[in-house]
Amino acid sequence: MTERTIQPGKTPGNRVLEIDPLTRVEGHGKVTIHLDADNQVSEARLHIVEFRGFERFIQGRLLWEVPVIVQRLCGICPVSHHLCAAKAMDQIVGVDQLPPTAEKMRRLMHYGQILQSNVLHFFHLASPDLLFGFDAPARQRNIFEVIKKNPELARQGVLMRQFGQEIIEATAGKKIHGTGAIPGGINKALSQETRDALLPRIDTIQAWAEGAVDLIRDYCQAHPEQIAHFANFPSNAMSLLREDGAMELYDGKLYAVDTEGQPIFSAVAPADFNQYLMEEVRSWSYMKFPFIRSLGSEQGWYRVGPLARMNTARFISTPAAQKRLLEYRHLNGGANGETNGKGMQHASLLYHWARMIEVLHCVEQIHRLLEDPDILSGELRAKGERREEGIAIIEAPRGSLFHHYRVDKNDQITYCNLIVSTTHNNSAMNRAVTEVAQRHLSGQKNITEGLLNHIEVAVRAYDPCLSCATHALGQMPLQVAMVDATGKTIQQFTRDSGHA
Amino acid sequence: MSRRIHFTVDGQSVEADDGQSIMEACDAAGIYIPRLCDAEALVPQGSCRVCVVKLNGHTVAACTQPAEDRAHIESDTHEIRSYRRDLVRMLFHEGNHLCPVCEASGQCELQAMAYRLGISQDAPYPYLQPVRPLDASHPDIALDTNRCILCGRCIRASRDVDGKHLFEYVGRGIHKRIGISAATLAETDATIDDYAFSAGVCPVGCIIRKHEGYEVPIDERRFNKQVIGSRIEAKLLDDNEEEA
Repeated sequence: MTERTIQPGKTPGNRVLEIDPLTRVEGHGKVTIHLDADNQVSEARLHIVEFRGFERFIQGRLLWEVPVIVQRLCGICPVSHHLCAAKAMDQIVGVDQLPPTAEKMRRLMHYGQILQSNVLHFFHLASPDLLFGFDAPARQRNIFEVIKKNPELARQGVLMRQFGQEIIEATAGKKIHGTGAIPGGINKALSQETRDALLPRIDTIQAWAEGAVDLIRDYCQAHPEQIAHFANFPSNAMSLLREDGAMELYDGKLYAVDTEGQPIFSAVAPADFNQYLMEEVRSWSYMKFPFIRSLGSEQGWYRVGPLARMNTARFISTPAAQKRLLEYRHLNGGANGETNGKGMQHASLLYHWARMIEVLHCVEQIHRLLEDPDILSGELRAKGERREEGIAIIEAPRGSLFHHYRVDKNDQITYCNLIVSTTHNNSAMNRAVTEVAQRHLSGQKNITEGLLNHIEVAVRAYDPCLSCATHALGQMPLQVAMVDATGKTIQQFTRDSGHA
Repeated sequence: MSRRIHFTVDGQSVEADDGQSIMEACDAAGIYIPRLCDAEALVPQGSCRVCVVKLNGHTVAACTQPAEDRAHIESDTHEIRSYRRDLVRMLFHEGNHLCPVCEASGQCELQAMAYRLGISQDAPYPYLQPVRPLDASHPDIALDTNRCILCGRCIRASRDVDGKHLFEYVGRGIHKRIGISAATLAETDATIDDYAFSAGVCPVGCIIRKHEGYEVPIDERRFNKQVIGSRIEAKLLDDNEEEA
């Protein structure tokens, strides 16, 4: 793990903390904390200063290239972009209903993706904070110390992720950046040999997933004060759902609920999302701030991702995950867990618990699909009448992912707009950073390493892309600046992943 | 019946008909000589020079040079491999060859040749990064000439097999590129059934058969299953097994 060093700043009394030169730029993040005259935190901001440009340079490319090109946005969740783009292209080629084999292969790929990504985040990135404490020495907060302290747990995390990656390879041809989904379908069915190799391992993976849920449940139950007071704030929530209210990760309609679980909008077709959501630009971040149109930009912000999905869903369609959902909703005596408004959870740290329930759900879904004969053979691709526009939404590991394209008569892309999960969570992450800064920083004269990690823990709970894109084992390039009442930066920390 | 001649390739005896090119004779003998501009059913033109060999000490293109009786040919030597690597690396720098997202990946002869020749690093040349507009005007075919390596296989296929003269070289030197016989492909009489557009004529991802991209799963792509040239080399293996 990279060590933090303190170097003298330009102004007497100021300090700059630096860790190695910044070498990876895909995941830049920066936090500024604004203090008033009494050193009280008035505002904190998470700045995403990366700029990718995919929406521009995809223009002019051919429609079937899109799912393969845009997945290069990310090395951790490429499948989500691959499938979301493919779903949009299905609409362009006039296919509203995929052949069963194609849809099931895509779902299998998607569940493998969420499984591996959620496991990666929990075991590799988040578990050091939970196992060793937010204030533990920096040299301890990494996966290698987790391996030392609990080798069996670490092994399970690595092997669960491997299983998810192998599901992706079996469906997309490669563990990362494969080419399985094509407009209107998929390019292969699962071979019997591959199915027979994967299926016998599923019971072990499910047992480990149950163990992971136990682990985070026990942690949350053992730390009620922390759960209650660390970045815990009510918010609206949004996700796809099945029409009967079941959690739905691959396809469905868009639903949003308020802080009490009451519907804000329901069963919105992805193509109509623009009527319900708007985006706002703020000068200090490349990331836009989406909000629910009917509530306005001040009140209309919302959360997406595992925590939000548990709040929007009426239930989970697989039995083991449903049982765990009820358990989760009962935390802190939270009433019966069967309907919205009862058992809503808002603590940022509960993202971790929700994330592990999703892992269990994905394992159950993978089990079902591997036993489904449609996965082994059948029609792979459908065709329809060409359309000019395609809008798709998928539930990526980090939340709702939107892809919107227009295509001309020559099959070339003329317009592309991507709203990624981390963008939806922008306001919530800023709120989380502010909460933590106010609780732990107000009145403090010096920023400690422990404070820096508290802020990271809050941001990390959301599993934002800026952390995963760096591939940086529990760290993200992060800069914290303290700004006084006159706008002057009085103290600054810069932290890098430390990896080439 | 033509006269039989004998020569050696890297010390190995080869028998051929008088008048056969070095490449034809070597192909028949199961000795693979790398090539990019030459392809089955097309007249050889010796332009890519990847098939360079030394014939009695002189560098020649194996696809156009007739074999000679009692000649000594060097092909798989350190020097020749170095020439071939340089030629292929320069092709990567002249065009936009983004293998990770190209639909020809795994079926592309340029990519496969780079793997065969052990090319794993950039060459010390600048990337020219051409910005040529994609011609997607035709309902079934698109052209991305940013990926063209000027092998001329489409020119010969259209001219000699289809009798259409759809393609021709235009410009000279570094400005040389493939031109078409009208302003856009849609204005030509090109059809998807032309031999020029069949799989295997364009060695890279320049000629695109629309809506077929990524249909072949990764593990079934031609060069994911076997190294380029291995079909020819398999003949030698078969012969040796028969002799054994």
